[in-house]
Amino acid sequence: MEIKVLKNILSANDEIAERNRALLDKNNVFAVNIMASPGAGKTSLILETIRRLKDKIRIGVIEGDITSSVDAEKVGKEGVPVVQINTGGGCHLDANMIQNALGNMTLEDIDLLLIENVGNLVCPAEFTIGDHKKVLVSSTPEGHDKPFKYPLMFHTVDAVLLNKIDLKPYLDFDLEIFSQAVKGINEKVEVIPISCIGGQGIERWLSWLLIQMGRKP
Amino acid sequence: MHELAITQSMLDIVLDQAEKAEAERVLAVKLSVGELSGFVEESVQFYFNFLVKGTIAEGATVSFTMVPAKARCRNCARVFKLKEFDWSCPDCGQDSIEITDGKELFVESIEVE
Repeated sequence: MEIKVLKNILSANDEIAERNRALLDKNNVFAVNIMASPGAGKTSLILETIRRLKDKIRIGVIEGDITSSVDAEKVGKEGVPVVQINTGGGCHLDANMIQNALGNMTLEDIDLLLIENVGNLVCPAEFTIGDHKKVLVSSTPEGHDKPFKYPLMFHTVDAVLLNKIDLKPYLDFDLEIFSQAVKGINEKVEVIPISCIGGQGIERWLSWLLIQMGRKP
Repeated sequence: MHELAITQSMLDIVLDQAEKAEAERVLAVKLSVGELSGFVEESVQFYFNFLVKGTIAEGATVSFTMVPAKARCRNCARVFKLKEFDWSCPDCGQDSIEITDGKELFVESIEVE
């Protein structure tokens, strides 16, 4: 006997993600899922964002890594609450891991939750975690062809931050091709060239972020 | 790597449905998998054979129906298949598109007795 099922395999994850978002909403926490390949500058972006915004808003961080607490220690030095998730080999954060991490945070004391996903351009795009906005940090040394190679990731996000823009003179990175490719896959996306070290574009990123949060930039 | 977790979720759905139907054995599982979902068939089969041990789905076959990636052009509304490195509309050349198919990950049906 054949039974029609038509059930989404990721529905269990999606349901937990919905619960996460409801919990965040209840506590007025705005959550941003930050994704990128390893070394693109996720942690640098988080550190720079904390330094420039911590007097204005209360920030919390969830650090997702396969192993180690190197990033959590760096972020912790900035004096903000941070929870480290070690996925133990897992290639992405899922809704259940975020649910556990949220249980270890005092959400009433946080306005903005920055979630650093595992460095990977494939799997994090497929798993909802309950965030409000998704941001991709791409970087010039990775090359301008990345939107063609990882279309689902570029399609999923609300903003693309092109980091290490200060290195562009030394690379054969074509910003025109990159921007057109990104817009082709995802028309509504904002592409913001930045440098976490040089400071270029960071104010524009922060304005975008504050507007998404419904605050004055 | 994450095929293990997904295969476990898939098996949970299969066993739940089989139990509801008061089935004694699951013979086959049909999945609908979008081309963009990054779900690897060999990997799923491997984990499935491992996870079903001791369940009523032991020995069941898993078959995939691949759903091709398709998009709708925002300019002329034409729906077309996405090619690997070219996501622009074959009619009007615009590259402003909306993905309509290819992200699916469904248990389509199960065969039980």
